[in-house]
Order: sequence, then structure tokens, then C-alpha cells
Amino acid sequence: MAANSLAPSLLDLVGDTPLVELSRFAPGPVRVFAKLEGQNPTGSIKDRVAKAMIESAEARGELEPGRHLLEPTSGNTGISLALVAKLKGYPLTCVMPENATEERKRLLRLYGAEIISSPAAEGSNGAVRMALDLAERDPSYFMPFQYANEANPRAHYEGTGAEIAEALDRVDVLVAGLGTGGTLMGAGDRLRESFPDLVVAAAEPIPGDAVMGLRSLADGYVPPILDVSKLDRKVLVSNAESVAALRELLDAEGIFGGVSAGAVVHVARKLAGELDEGVVVCVLADAGWKYLSADFWDARDVEGSMEKTVWW
Amino acid sequence: MTVVRIPPTLRAEVGGERQVEAEGADVRAVLEDLSARFPGLGSQLFEDGDLAPFVNVYLGGEDVRTLEGLDTPVENGQPIILLPAMAGGS
Repeated sequence: MAANSLAPSLLDLVGDTPLVELSRFAPGPVRVFAKLEGQNPTGSIKDRVAKAMIESAEARGELEPGRHLLEPTSGNTGISLALVAKLKGYPLTCVMPENATEERKRLLRLYGAEIISSPAAEGSNGAVRMALDLAERDPSYFMPFQYANEANPRAHYEGTGAEIAEALDRVDVLVAGLGTGGTLMGAGDRLRESFPDLVVAAAEPIPGDAVMGLRSLADGYVPPILDVSKLDRKVLVSNAESVAALRELLDAEGIFGGVSAGAVVHVARKLAGELDEGVVVCVLADAGWKYLSADFWDARDVEGSMEKTVWW
Repeated sequence: MTVVRIPPTLRAEVGGERQVEAEGADVRAVLEDLSARFPGLGSQLFEDGDLAPFVNVYLGGEDVRTLEGLDTPVENGQPIILLPAMAGGS
């Protein structure tokens, strides 16, 4: 919505986030821009996804008053759903690994959500399994399920991607964190329409041993909305690289990003270095506030302090 | 010679090692060399001659599915990382 106008509700302030140039963090012939998704109402890109999933379910008649929302989430999606659920009058339960950060649990409870803990050793896959199981046993639950909900990539096609296409005359590379794949699929599709030679690049975390506690590969999970063939690059980033980059981003540009934002700007700068000219856009999913209680800010051994948690 | 990092899920198949060495000019050859020595590993890595859907293989830090897949050439000394496909997206 336009600047200086009055918003009927916080939900009308989702999206239209700013793009800022990272000329100090990534100087050189290639211009790098960051889209600051931390400026959404609850502080993350997931506000777009939560709003789109709930409103599309309402529009299709799948979600009506009296239903109870359930979602596996270790943080941002839950907080965004909690805002949407509160304003629209639905109760919400989030299933999250028990080792999620305290800020996130506290925020969720403050917004009015209930939390069910899944075993830390099973990581995010464990939370997904538990939520799917709960929803199957109790039909009063409505599970938006961001991993398989087409409204997730569509929110980024119609929002994130369209906003970038409107703001810039040229985009050569789009970089976003790989979680559900929603941003990369939706914004990637939209930007390819405007810039056919676009490179869509995923920044992906290297999980610590402790969060890979799967019984077998067969328990693995690939989100149904993620089509890896639509990715041109898929780059692993270590926790140490992510934290080093987000500290450097804060130092150079005054931008306080979350852990995945560190990984994303790390990859954006790397890919910018492979080009002679052009424009790289990276999507910073959230800001650093929800990670303040984490140990890695002061730790000499960043990897050691981070290996027990999934960070995005 | 290529160093292959093994995720916890698969370490039992390679005698508990965190990483093992293998030979091969491309990703397929390296993984087949490993599979010949550790048959339990091979049955999990491959499905109908292609990479199994829940295993991700990285060469030089990039997913080989966005490179040339199993045909991606491996330069001497480039490490390979195997990871399980996991749900992300907090």
C-alpha cells in the first residue's frame, strides 16, 4: 500500500518491503540489492505466506470460523500465522522441535498460539511428521501446511517477485534462502517472466550432525512445492560463513539480519563476483532480533554453538 | 582421490566413519566406487540408476542436481558432501 496512507489493519501492511543497495558490503561493478523482509509486520517474509494461505483457504471455503489452525514451524511461519489467526479469530497450535529458540516460543505464546514440542533429535522433519499425524487424527484441525500449499509460492509470485520486477529495470541473479522453496519458486517464476536469463540461486544451510538425526534417508523430506529443476544454483553455506556475513553486513550497511540473511548475502556477493556487470537481488527473510539469545554472537566456535539447531 | 563426507544417517554403512575416500572422474564413478566397497550405502544412494530422491550430493559446495547431475566431472581434491533431504523453512 502507498506510503503515508492509513491501514485498516496490520494485515494490510504485509509486503511492499524496501530494496536497499549493498554498495559497501558488496562493492564492484555488479550492483547488489537486498529486499528487507524483516520489515513486514511480525518481522519476517512469512507474513506474506501466512496471509496468503489463510485468505486463499477462506476464499475456497475450506476454512471457516470454528476451525483450529495447526502448523509445523520452528518460528517465523508460526509467528506470522499467529498474527493472522488472531486478527481473523482462529485458534492456532504450532508443532516445533523442542530446541527452537526461547524468543520464538515466547513470541508465539504472547501472540496467543499453543505449542506442541516434537523431539529435537528429529529436527524439522519430525515436526512435519507429527503435525501431519495430528491433522489426520483430528478433522477439526485445519493445516495450512506451507510445504505443500500453492498459496506459498503464489504469495511470492504476486508479491515479492512482482515488487522486485517493478523496482528494477534489470535483474541477473535472484538469491534467497532455501526452506520450503516458496520464495525461490514464486519470485523466481515472476522474475523470469521479466528477465528471461535470470539465474535463480538458493542458499542452503549445512545442517549440523545433531539435527540430522534421521533413522534413514527414506525419512527425508522434499517439500512438494519445491521443484529443484527450477533452481540454477544451489549453494551450501556453513553456519560460520552465515554469521561472519551477517556481522559484516551489520558493520558495513547497518542491516541487522537473521541467520539465513547472512547466508543469502554471502551467496549474493559470491555470485556477483562471478559476473562482470549486472544486478543481483537477494531476499533477506528476517532480521536478527529473534536470534539474540543464541550463543553464536560471542562464541569462538560458531559451528559448535550452532550445530544443534536448524536455523532456517 | 576424493574425500566424501558421510551424514550421520549413513555412517553405519561405512563402519561409522565421518568421511571416506573414493576414486572417480565424475560423481557417478565416485559414488559407484563407494557402493562397490559399501553395498549398503549404494542401495540408499541410487534408485533406478539415478540419485535417490532423499539424498543430496554436493560438489564444491553446490548441489550436483543444479550442475550436471551424476555426470558432473570431479576434479582431483574436490570434496563431495552427502546430505539427507530435510525440511527447511522455519
